[in-house]
This record gives sequence, C-alpha cells and structure tokens, in this order.
Amino acid sequence: MLTQSPLELAIAAILILLATAAIAPVLSRRQNLLISFSFITSAVASLIAVFAGYAAVTGGGVESLVLPIGLPDLPFYLRFDPLSGFFVTIVALLGFMVSIYSIGYVKAFVGHRSVTRLVVFYCLFMAGMLLVLLSDDAYFFMVSWELMAVSSYFLVCFEDDQAQNRRAAFLYLLIAHIGAVLILLSFGLMAGFAKGFENFSGYTFSAMRDSHIPEGWAAVAFFMAFFGFAAKAGVVPLHAWLPEAHPVAPSNVSALMSGVMLKTAVYGIIRVGFDLLHSSDWRWGGVVLIFGLVSAVMGILYALLQNDLKRLLAYSSVENIGIILVCVGLAMIFKSFGMGLLASLALMAGLYHCLNHAMFKGLLFMGAGAVLHATHERNMEGMGGLVHKLKWTAPLFLVGCLSISGLPPFNGFVSEWLTFQSFLLSPALPSPLLNLLIPLGAALVALTGALAARCFIKVYGVTFLGHWRGEHDTVVHEAPWPMRIGMLLAAASCLALGIFPTFVIGWLDIIPETLLAAKISTSASASGWLWLTPVAAERASYSAPIIFIGILVIFATVYLVFHSRTTSVRRAPLWDCGFGKITNRMQYNSTSFSMPTRRIYGFLFNIKETVKYGSNQYLPMLNNRILYHLRVRDRLWQMCYQPFSDASFWLARRVGKLQHGRIQIYLLYSFLTLIVLLVFS
Amino acid sequence: MNVSFAAQLNSVLAALILLTAFGLLAQRRIYGLLHIFALQGFFLSVSTAVVGYSAGLHHLYISALLTLTLKVIVLPYILYVLIHRLRIHKEVEEVVNIPTTMLIGIALVIYSYHLTAPIRELSDFITRSTLAVALATVMLGLLMMIIRKKAVTQIIGFLALENGLFFAATSATYGMPLVVELGVALDILIAAFIFGIFFFQIRTTFDTLDLKAMEKLKEEE
Repeated sequence: MLTQSPLELAIAAILILLATAAIAPVLSRRQNLLISFSFITSAVASLIAVFAGYAAVTGGGVESLVLPIGLPDLPFYLRFDPLSGFFVTIVALLGFMVSIYSIGYVKAFVGHRSVTRLVVFYCLFMAGMLLVLLSDDAYFFMVSWELMAVSSYFLVCFEDDQAQNRRAAFLYLLIAHIGAVLILLSFGLMAGFAKGFENFSGYTFSAMRDSHIPEGWAAVAFFMAFFGFAAKAGVVPLHAWLPEAHPVAPSNVSALMSGVMLKTAVYGIIRVGFDLLHSSDWRWGGVVLIFGLVSAVMGILYALLQNDLKRLLAYSSVENIGIILVCVGLAMIFKSFGMGLLASLALMAGLYHCLNHAMFKGLLFMGAGAVLHATHERNMEGMGGLVHKLKWTAPLFLVGCLSISGLPPFNGFVSEWLTFQSFLLSPALPSPLLNLLIPLGAALVALTGALAARCFIKVYGVTFLGHWRGEHDTVVHEAPWPMRIGMLLAAASCLALGIFPTFVIGWLDIIPETLLAAKISTSASASGWLWLTPVAAERASYSAPIIFIGILVIFATVYLVFHSRTTSVRRAPLWDCGFGKITNRMQYNSTSFSMPTRRIYGFLFNIKETVKYGSNQYLPMLNNRILYHLRVRDRLWQMCYQPFSDASFWLARRVGKLQHGRIQIYLLYSFLTLIVLLVFS
Repeated sequence: MNVSFAAQLNSVLAALILLTAFGLLAQRRIYGLLHIFALQGFFLSVSTAVVGYSAGLHHLYISALLTLTLKVIVLPYILYVLIHRLRIHKEVEEVVNIPTTMLIGIALVIYSYHLTAPIRELSDFITRSTLAVALATVMLGLLMMIIRKKAVTQIIGFLALENGLFFAATSATYGMPLVVELGVALDILIAAFIFGIFFFQIRTTFDTLDLKAMEKLKEEE
C-alpha cells in the first residue's frame, strides 16, 4: 500500500465509498449488518484517505491525472497538491471518527425507520467532499459540489416525516443552489478570460491559473466565488440554512456537515483567492475580513441565546467560520502588500483553525448526539445533572467545550493565539487606514473569544451540571462503545493538536510556501519543537507541552492534597440559606444564564418577552403562577430573506392568476401569441 | 381543362371553404355544425384533386381520396354517433354572440390577406392566392375553439383548424409528401377516438360536457 502514490490512495478511498453506497441497498433487509458493514468500510476508506492527504502534504509535490470520463472532449481533471491534501486530511480524519461513531449511533434508528437511505447518502456525501477537493476543472468541481450538496440534502431530511425537517432541508438546498450558481458564474468568467468565451477549453483550473484577467473582472469573479462559497460556509447573512439544517440532521451527519463540509467552502475561497486568481488587491481581503468579523460576532451572539443544543452548536459553527475567514482576509491583505511572512502566518492560523474546528466541533456534535441518544431531548432547559449519568460523554464533551473556548492546552487556543499574533503584527502594514481599522477587528475577535467561552460555560453547565430540569426523570443510558471510541479519538486529537503545534505547523508549512512563496516554520520552530515562536522568540512564544505539564502538575497536587485524607472531601446536601426546600427549578437555566447578553445585545435581535401572571382560583393569595415566554428571532431573516420570499410568493400568485382552468382562455393565450408573433414576424 | 380554369376553379373552392368556415362560426345547431364540417371536407377534397390534376402531381389524388373518406364520411359519422350516444341535442352555446364573432372573423380574414401579400408576390404556383384563405381557415378554427363552450364543438373547431392547415399545405407547396399526409390522416382518426373516450370520461366525472365545469380542476388558493 505504501508504494502507491497519494492520489491513487485517495481515488481508492473514493471508490470504496462509492462501492459501499452501491452495495448498501442489497443489504437493506438486514439493517444491523448493513450498519456495521458500511460504516466499517467507510472508516477504512477514510483512513486510507487520511494517509493519502497526509502523504500529499508531506511530499509537497503536485500530482495530476486526467480521467477519460465525463462528456466528450471534456474529461475530468484531478489534481492533488498540498492544499487539497490538507483538506482531504481534515475530511477523512473526521470522517474516520464519525464513521466509527455512527456504528453505534445509527443503530438507534433500527426498528423505527430504514437506515439504508442514510447509509447510501452518507457514503456519497463523503465521496462528494473528497472529489470536490481533488477536482481540477470547473466542470468536475461543480459535479462533485452538487453530489455533495444533494446527498447532504437527503441526509438533512432523513427524518422526513416532520414538516420542520423538510422545510429546513428545502431552505438548505435553495441557498446551496444560489451559491452554486454564483460559483458557476465565477468559473465561467475565469474560463472565458483564460481561453475565450467561445469554447470550453478554459474550464480547467490550470488554464485559469495561467490566464491574466483584467483587474475589474478579477474582482467580479472573486466576489461571485466568495459569496457562492460563503452561502455554503454559512457566512452571515447567508447563514440562515445552517441553524435550521444542522439540528434536524442525524447527529453524525451534523458533525460531518459542520465539521468538514463547511471547510470545503473555505477550501474553495482559498483555492480561488490564492491559487486561481493571483491578482491582489487589499480591498478583497478587507471585504473577506469584514464578513468574517460580522459572522464571528453575530454567530456567537446567536449561539448564546439558543436553548436547543444542536442549534447552538450550529450557530457556533458560523462563529468559527467567521474566525477562519478573518484569518484568510488578513492573509489576503498582507499578501497584497507583499508581506509574505505575515500572510503565511495568517493563512496558517486559518488553516490550523479549520483542522481544529473540524475536531472539536465534530466532537461536540458527536457529544450532542450522545446526549440526544441518552435523553431524547434537544432542549437544554430539560437537561441537567448528566455528568453523573454519562460518565464517558461528560468529560469528552468538556474537552470539546474547553477546546472551542480557546483554553490551553487544547487546540482551540493555538489557532486563536496565532490569529491574534497576526493581528498584532498588522501595524507593519503601510496603510494608515488599515492600521486604524484592523485593531478594531482584533478587539471584535477578542470579544468573540470571550463570548464563546461564556456560551460553552452555559452549554456545559446547563446540560451536564446541576440537577435534572425535565418534568420526569427519564432513564438515561450511556452511549455504546463505538460512539465512545469516536468521541475519544476526537478528544485525543484535540489534545494532541493543542500540545504539539510546532509539528503541525512544520507539516503544514508547504501550503503557504506554494501559495505565497513564504514559510514560517523556520521562525516558528527556531527555538526547537518545544517553543512555538511564530515570528521571533522575543516577540511572542508559547510552549504548549510545558503548559500542559504545568496544568497536570497543578491538578495532581490538588488531587493529592484533597484525597490524601478521607475526611477532606465531604459529600453533604447543599446549604439552602435556611430557605427550606430547594427544588430543581431553582437553578440557573439556559434562558436565565443568557439574560445579561440578551439585555446588552438585544438590539441586534428581534426579541419578544411576555410575562403573564396567573393566580390559583381557589387560593388567590397564594401560589401565583408566573408564565414567562421568550421568543428570539433572527433580525436578518426579516431583513434579507423575508422580502425575497414575500416577493416570490406575490409573483407566483400573480402568475397563478393566468391559470384559470378554462380551456378557452388557454386557447386565447395561444391565439394572441400567434397573432402577435405574426405581426412582428 | 387549362391551367387558368383550374386556378379559377380552385379560387371558387377556396371561397367555398372560407364560407363554410364562417358557417361553422355562425351555426347554432350541433347537427348543422356536423353537416357544414362534412361540406368543408368535401370542398377540400375536390380542391386537392383539382390542384393534383392541374399540377400533374398524382399523389395528391390519394390525399384527396383520404380527405374524402376521413373528413367527409368517417369523422362526421363518429361524431354523429358520439352526439347521439351522449344525447346532446341542445343548441350550441357560445361565449361571444354570433354577430361579434363574425366581425372578428372578417377582421381575421383581412389580416390573413395582409400577412400573405408578400408571399403571393413571390410565389408562382397557381394556388398562391388561396394561401390567405388557408391561413384564415386556421384562425377561424382557433377562434371557434375559443368562443364555444361545449367539448364537442371544440373538437369540430380543432378539425376545422386541421382542414385549414391541410389546405395551406396544398396551396402553398402542392401538398406535403405522401408519407406525412398518411401520418396526419391517421393521427386525426386516432384523435377522434381519443376525444370520444374523453367525452365519456368528462361526462361521468362532471355530469356535463360544459368545459366550465373543468375550472374546478385548478389549484385552490
């Protein structure tokens, strides 16, 4: 196997996935066997793809292949370079973990509904994502992109008996296709400038790379591609599908969609912005930066106000995509001023965050799936105290929360730290305007980090700590082993990526080197593998291993101090301040925890709060019931989507009036058309 | 029979076809419609034969014979049986009253002459002057389909429209190739059968053959 080239390995992985999708319907009678078989094969395929991606980045070479399939004279071009290799690694690594997780998770559906569809589209979805990353011409790219979009549509509406799910899936498909049209137009523009608008020979990416597009048209092509990919990535204000689609999809699918599918859009932005179009204008980077900042701040604020666990995680994906775009935007700005080192630092931060976000968001969605599996509850207000019942899920979920909040020694810290480093170096830019504005961006990213930490304190505190908030005590059971292994692997990689950043950066450095002709690994590991020094040791340094050991020592000391004597830890009822009986309704819950945020940032949302007092009719003096109702809506929905949806319905009704159901009227239409055409012939 | 006589004869037949087309518009009784339709088919058949004779195209005789069998005998007979079985004896109802219809029809004829004027100047066929009549017959057939309410009269309108097309083919290009004409003739026959089946279906579903009843098929708002 090792003698194969990375591209051959990747193709083998894709073929295994496609074959699994083809075989799955045959096994649909035996659902348990089907689940074990297909998810094990997709895990194996993912593992092969991980090796392929890893080898492609390590080797640093470019491999390409022309497949003689597709339309006549339009063969499919494949290309495997370090950038594709890195994203293939992300997709396949999370795909591997989620496939193992799915063996346990999907079995919960057996007996309720047939899972054949889920299995088939899961494999197609994985294959589609890998093909997007491998394709090297606009035609094959769009085919793969659609394969990915359509199969994920079917995954989102897997539980299609509920109208809400179908609605979410439709919204997803709609926005995905608006994005796809924009991407297609952008490719058409680039292909046209490459080889002329009369023929199709400009459809390969290599032709686009070699072409020289006029400045203005390059900007048009870039922004069409950017907004097209932004629709897939869930950038505000195109994020509307994300909080609808992620919660209703099965949790393994949401883990993949949020963890890696959004990254294919980031891949597209980097591919178009840095590789296909080599024109550089700082304003492009500025726009990307602004959209990234808005997404980051709005995403986390929305997340804070949610009570639905998976919806909250979906909004948090918006935030993380925002941070990645901030890095990409900064890299573009630095690149346009010819500051290769800083550009590669910012790009590195973005890429690192892609990898990290895939890991911790995958872990969190898998954890949410485990919680859902255990409690059959998505609303956090009905949970609590799960830390005692889910002995495995709770600590693993905590790892995810710590990582996403950006706390050392986990991986979230490294990439956010790198982001801040690139912000802090921006005063070197020769533009006074940018020097004024970029610190504001840094402040917003800092705000985002703080709000993210607050958000995940809420998630963990409300879900796992305290007492059970639901009406009845439901039977809660821990997730089966495959699910635990999937989460364990993700948690372990969160920790590993957090402790050994120098190795990761050394591995990744080939990407900025090929795209920006500058590398940071020489300066980043100048002080050895122990210290990460992005630019220079005297400027900033971070040693994850030392911090990790320090944290371990502190924990060990505390543990030893408190557990050395049996009397030092005492379990007793909570002191109730002499009030009497404490019920589980007297705890902080999700709504009350986010109240300060709601007060401060309420103007950004459409919030409706109603309080009703209802009294007991037999004892009017006592027992006043207070009903509190809160409704938080997305203001952007009303601003950006409602007008379009209203207008299209209005237009549809107008057009519908033409349809009378009377044959004579229809004939009259044809008759008048005939007359008019004859008049103007 | 020399060529100029043939051309005159053809013009007379064209005038008669146009007259029957107006007759179809004006006729209120359903059996009367059938008779006029058969008459139109007869004139069409004779006209085809005359064109075939004067232009020396012998395959047009077969077309003429086909027209005679199908449009003068078979189709009116099928429709007659249909009307009899369905017990439609009422007068024909129309959306627009007859005088108005006739005025619209006249406007259409003038318009057709206006449209075909450039073609008449270019063509050297003996039948060139009748192209306007053919076009007018097509339009009058369509007009008939628009202004009549009952399904049976729509079919007669449709068949009259087809007559116009056929006439246009013979007058503009001395007829289509025989294979095409055979195909068209067969189509018309099959269409008549399908219409017959549909009439029964429509009546069992809506209890009427009035097309107004089909309005409720459309989507509710």
